[in-house]
This record gives sequence, structure tokens and C-alpha cells, in this order.
Amino acid sequence: MDRRTLLKGIAGVGSLAATGGLSMPALSQGAAARTLRFVPQANLANFDPIWGTQYVVRNAAAMVWDTLYGLDATLQPQRQMVESEEVTDDGLTWTFRLRPGLKFHDGEPVLSKDVVASLARWSVRDPMGQMIKAIQNELTAVDDKTFKWVLKQPYPKMMLALGKNSTPCAFIMPERMAQTDPFKQIAEYIGSGPMKFAKGEWVPGAKAVFEKFSDYVPRQEKASWLAGGKQMLIDRIEWVVIPDPATAAAALQNGEVDWWENPIPDLVPVLKKNRNISVDIADPLGNIGAFRMNHLHPPFNDVRARRALLTALSQEDYMRALVGDDTALWKPLPGFFTPDTPLYTEEGGEILKGKRDIAAAKKLLAESGYTDQPVTCVVAQDQPITKAQGDVTADLLKKMGMNVDFVATDWGTVGSRRAQKTPPGQGGWQMFHTWHAGADCISPAAYNAIRGNGDKAWFGWPTSTTVEKEVTAWFEAKTLDEEKAAVKRLNKAALEDVIYAPTGFFLSYTAWRKNVSGVAKGPLPFFWGVSKTA
Amino acid sequence: MISYILRRIVATMPVMAVVALFVFSLLYIAPGDPAAVIAGDQASPADVERIRQALGLDRPFLIQFGSWVWRILHGDLGTSIFTNLPVSSLIAQRLEPTLSLMAMTLVLTILIAVPLGVVAAWKAGTWLDRTIMAFAVFGFSIPVFVVGYILAYVFALHLEWLPVQGYTPLAEGFWPWLVNLILPAVALGCVYIALIARITRAAMLEVLQQDYVRTARAKGLGQNSILFIHALKNAAVPIVTVIGIGIALLIGGAVVTESVFAIPGLGRLTIDAILRRDYPVIQGIVLLFSFLYVLVNLMVDVTYTLVDPRIRY
Repeated sequence: MDRRTLLKGIAGVGSLAATGGLSMPALSQGAAARTLRFVPQANLANFDPIWGTQYVVRNAAAMVWDTLYGLDATLQPQRQMVESEEVTDDGLTWTFRLRPGLKFHDGEPVLSKDVVASLARWSVRDPMGQMIKAIQNELTAVDDKTFKWVLKQPYPKMMLALGKNSTPCAFIMPERMAQTDPFKQIAEYIGSGPMKFAKGEWVPGAKAVFEKFSDYVPRQEKASWLAGGKQMLIDRIEWVVIPDPATAAAALQNGEVDWWENPIPDLVPVLKKNRNISVDIADPLGNIGAFRMNHLHPPFNDVRARRALLTALSQEDYMRALVGDDTALWKPLPGFFTPDTPLYTEEGGEILKGKRDIAAAKKLLAESGYTDQPVTCVVAQDQPITKAQGDVTADLLKKMGMNVDFVATDWGTVGSRRAQKTPPGQGGWQMFHTWHAGADCISPAAYNAIRGNGDKAWFGWPTSTTVEKEVTAWFEAKTLDEEKAAVKRLNKAALEDVIYAPTGFFLSYTAWRKNVSGVAKGPLPFFWGVSKTA
Repeated sequence: MISYILRRIVATMPVMAVVALFVFSLLYIAPGDPAAVIAGDQASPADVERIRQALGLDRPFLIQFGSWVWRILHGDLGTSIFTNLPVSSLIAQRLEPTLSLMAMTLVLTILIAVPLGVVAAWKAGTWLDRTIMAFAVFGFSIPVFVVGYILAYVFALHLEWLPVQGYTPLAEGFWPWLVNLILPAVALGCVYIALIARITRAAMLEVLQQDYVRTARAKGLGQNSILFIHALKNAAVPIVTVIGIGIALLIGGAVVTESVFAIPGLGRLTIDAILRRDYPVIQGIVLLFSFLYVLVNLMVDVTYTLVDPRIRY
């Protein structure tokens, strides 16, 4: 008698004893093959992709809500819900027509009024949406399938704005839901995407379930990231939240889950050894590590102090602390834009290249007027990426002879403390660590972190008129060459003014069982085209 | 007795009120901001402020506290800031896994620890006693998560007997429910088995030296009868006390165990809520745990009267 027979035997005896209460769950082979169990990067704690802009919410929302355009693997926006668009010669009036057959999960057709309400809500929260809203004359439904966006000045990046995958995406919701205050949560989860959200099975922190929407009409083109035909080959997707990486690894090895979005580097060798598991780079656009300095307070209100840190920091130290010795997982980044993408540039990046020069850094620091005052470095210990970077920074600051006030805390505290503009001694800060998804750093479109617009800039509030000038130049660029030129100048200016300190470019793995196929590399897990055998 | 129980229940009210005020104040002064977590990494400070206003977190302390207490008095624990679901629903979703884990752990603990302690006392000073006590020291010393990983590796990954993670509700069958709880209950139970085994041994050693035990032996009573009927009953008061305290400590242990074994219980809900600063959820759970703690203490006190007829309230 083998183990399985024994267990089934015990279950059988139990069944007899408890008149049906004791029974093993039985999934037929077909049912098992139609259900994909996925371990997401984080808990799906809320499900309003406009209100909450965490990546995990965006990833789930991409199944449930569709977008007018979708970015493909070549980083170009392609039509998705839109059948056609027209823009007048002066670039001021955009007219869009929806493709036929679009339906919401409640059976109602997708109409222009839904799109208008959805875009109005999105444009309050999204940086690109806010730019469009600022130059908007009117956004109106012309008829059930046509809507029009009239602007006061041209906005060449319109299709990118509507199709980008950085959060918040321009997801289309029914009008009644889209009329919710953008700073309050929606109460129902009806979309027109290829999967429906099973609200009744949602256990926040543990499980989220998505079921195939049988009325979804995919485009005919081949799927490519958020563009093309979103053909669902799986009937049911269960997101199983497993907070402990070792447990997630064990569950994948044991066949209890089928796909783990982001295994930590320490566990990847174990997974690679398992003949039932495939491991590959998850997202070629990767991530950019970063620490930000507070431009409002000494010593980093002096550009020489900020440059001192760039002169001394070793990106290799940061990256090895983050991803270990797997050199396939990282590369140095003498700039701010995602490597291997069209706008990537190293213009002005000399300060981050070559041998690190602590002596020169100390000299610059002294010139900035630094006199041993404590530097408050806030480091979230519950995020492996920030913790590893924080440890390296603390060591770097000490090597430079700085007086480090290392504040070990959690991400929730960093989130509130970094918003404080008060001096460090009064609840403020001088440094914190973070990272940016490479998908957000392919261009200035959704790249808040590179902005130098002072009070309106991201935390640290850098002011750089040169940077802002080049950001505007990129938005106004009409050709790729113009865009490249603008980004080159922008990269150089951002390094000169040290908007923030890039600590390197790093990738992460994803892992799935070999009975799952169709897993595509990309900035988010794409479930269309994924299939599974029992 | 009934009036005593009623008095104790009424006495929990001021305790709960103090707990409520304490927890609310603590969360109010604690660093962290749910609005910042909600807004995400790319949000502007203005967005964060707008969310804070929408959630009512910008209101003065007393107004926030008053509004929360008013809702509690109407049986409403509030709504989770993040999930937009009622706190009572979230707790209800998570109650069964945690209670199941605690019940299973408690049953395992009592079934293993009490006989071990009795045997250790009976064979005091022998190799058997030393072995049991060595196990107890080991159980105390090794953290729950380490036991959890070892158990998962051996029984789930290597032998493939049991699942690594998850929870199946009892309504879906006793066997699947049991199978998912065995490893977490053993992991969580280790420290309590050690604790209760040691306490049982100590209590039994004292009782076994009493005159009436010598008399029982002189009467020719069997060893089992002396140990488990006469001695154990008289040693029960400290054991019951420690089991009671153990239940309260189990709540803390469940937090780690539920994370290691991915059990969707109250422990994980607590951790998630704390990390995200989901104040209504934290407050709801702390109130619930406080109530459970008071209830367990009451049950322990009532149990004293059952094991020792001399105790009367």
C-alpha cells in the first residue's frame, strides 16, 4: 500500500464514520487544468485601480477592466477597446470610436458615456491624465460608440497616456462606478475585461478569484502585453496570497500552486533544481534602485553634498546586496532610464562610472559646508529591497565620515515620514530608499521621480528648471529622434542636479510549474495565452 | 456561580473600554499613514492629503474617537480603510481558521503534554524523565517558524504526506480541514507542549509527595489510578492556569504560524492591518482578542471549581 492509497483509505473510513462530513476534495483532471493557482507579489488588499495605485492592484485590474489602448512589447500603444481614432491637423481634437461587441460583466454594453466618466475619474489621479485635464476644453460622448476629447493645446502622447501600463492605468468602468469620487473606493467590481472578479470569494490577504468572462470578444491580433487578443485559456484563476517566501517556494514545489510571480533570489537556486519548475526573468524592464535626498534641508540642499554621494557610491555594492551573486540579475545604471529601451542614455553618467573616489567625495562634502550634523536615513526594514539598500548606504555614509541617524522602521512609516517637509529633527528626514519599476522609467511620461518641479515634485522636492525644460521638450516631441535628444539632455541635467541617486538596475525572476505554458515576460503577469495541463 | 459569572461579564465592560481608549490613542500617535500606503509610491503629496481627508483621518482625535465609539455602541466595528469591507465581515472570514488552529493546537497540547508531564514526575530522576525534560527544553528553545519549516520540509516536501500551506473550511469536509491543520498545530503546539509538560511534572511531583498518595499506594491502588485519578486531579489547578494563559499566548503564536503556513486567520489579518495602518481593522481585532482573553480567564476560574470542589465564588 502506498501513501496515497493509505490517505484515501483513511479518508474513506472517515467518510463512513461521519456520513459525508469526512471527504477529500475532488477536482477532476479537466477542472484542475482549467484552474490556475497564482501567488502574487503582494496581497490584493483593495480593488480599485484608480483609488489604490499599488502594482498588485493594477495587475489584477488588468484582467477585469479593459483599456482603450494597450502598450505592447515594443512599448508602443496599440488599439484595444478603440476601433479607430482621428486627430485634427491642429492636434486639438481627438475623436475615438469604440470597437463593436464590448460588454461589461453585468451584460450591459460599453458605451461612450462609460468611457467619458472613466477618463474623467482617471484624469484626476494620473499624472498624464492631470496634464490632459489641465489643457482640456471638453470631454464628451458624441454617440453611444464615439467620444471626443477637445484640448486647448496639442498633446502628442495621448495614445500613450490612455494605454500606458504604469499606475493608474486608464481602465474603463461603467458610468455609475466611474462617477465615484476618485479619492474614494468603488463598491462594485464590474469591468469589461476577459476575467470577472468573484467578489464573494475574495478573502483580502488570502485569496482572490477571477472567472472567465464568456462574452468577452478579444481582438484578432496576437496578444502582446496589454495589446492584442486577450484569449483566456483558463476558466478560473485563483490568487493565493502566501506572505512567506519559503512557504511559497515549498507550495510551488509541492504542486499546490502553479505560478509564483516573484521568487526571492535566495530561493531561486532551489527552484531551478526542481525538474517540474521553470524559472525565468519576469520582466525585462526590471527595476531601478534609488535613494532620495531631501533637497530642502542641509546637507543635501547643497548640490555638492548630493554629488559627493554619487561620487562615492558603488552600484555594485547595492546590487549585490539586493540580488546576491547572480550577475544576470543586475547591471550598473549611469543614468535614470531603463536599459535596453529606445530612450536609454548614459549622457552625463560619468559621475557614476569608474573607480569610486571616497576622498573626492569627502572634499565635495566639506565644500558643501557639512559639519558632522546627523543625517536622518529612514529605512523600511520590512521591504527587502529598501533594507538591503539602506544597509549599504549607512556603510557608505560612515565611510564618508558622515554622522548617520539610521532610522530602522517599516514601509508604512516611511510612507508618511517622507511626506514631511519639516527639518529632520522635527519629524522630517534627509534620505529614504525606494525603487522604481523599469516600465515607469522608459520615458518621462509616468516618471514622477525624475521631476524637478519643487513643491510639486516627488518626495525630496528637487527644483531644477533644466530638468523641467527637458521634460516639457519630451512631451512636445513629435519624433523618436526628438524624444531621444530631449531625454539625453534630461538625463544629464538630472545627474548634474542629482534629482535622486540611482543605485543600479536589477531584474527579478518568476517561476511556474512545467505543466503551465504561455507565461510571457513583461512588466506585469499576463494571464491571456496561459494554459495548463492537469 | 451564575451571579459570579454575570458579575465577571459585566466587569469586562470597563476593561474593554480602557482597552479601546488605549488602542485608539496608541494608533493615533503611532507613526505611519494609511493614506500614503493607499496612494502608492507614485502619488503626489497633494493626492495623499486628499485621500487622508476622504478617509476622515484629518479630523481631531476626539471627533475620530467619539465617532468610533458611537459606532461600536451600535454594534458596528467600522469599515476597513483598504478593502472597503466591514471589519466584522473581515473578522468573521478569519475567525474559523484561527479558532480551528487554536483548538487543534490545544487538543494536541493537552493530549501530549499532560501524559508526558505525569510520566516524567512518576519516573522523576530516571532517563525517561530526563529525556522528556530535554524535549521540553528543546520545545521552548526552538522558534515556531523554524519548527514550521522543518515540518513542512519533512512531511510536505520530502514525504509528500501533508500540504505545505492553506486552509480548508470545515464545511468542505473534516479530512481536508484536518490535513491542513496538522503541521501548523504541531509547530504552534511545540512550545506549549514543553511548557505544560514541565508545569504538569512540577505540580505532580509536589502532589506525589503528599500523604494521601502514600496512603493510596499502601491501600494497593494501581499506579494508573494513583497518577491519573487521584494525583492529577489535585495537581490540576496550576495546570489549568497555565493552559488558560497558554490560550492567550496561542493568539500571539498564531500570528507567526499563520504566516508560515499561509492560513488566512486573524493573525495574518492583524499583521496585514498593522503594516498598512488599517486602523479600524486593528482596533476591531484588538477588541476581539481582549474579549477572548477575558473570556478565557473567566473559563479558567470556572474550571477551578470543577477540579477543586473547595474553591467556591
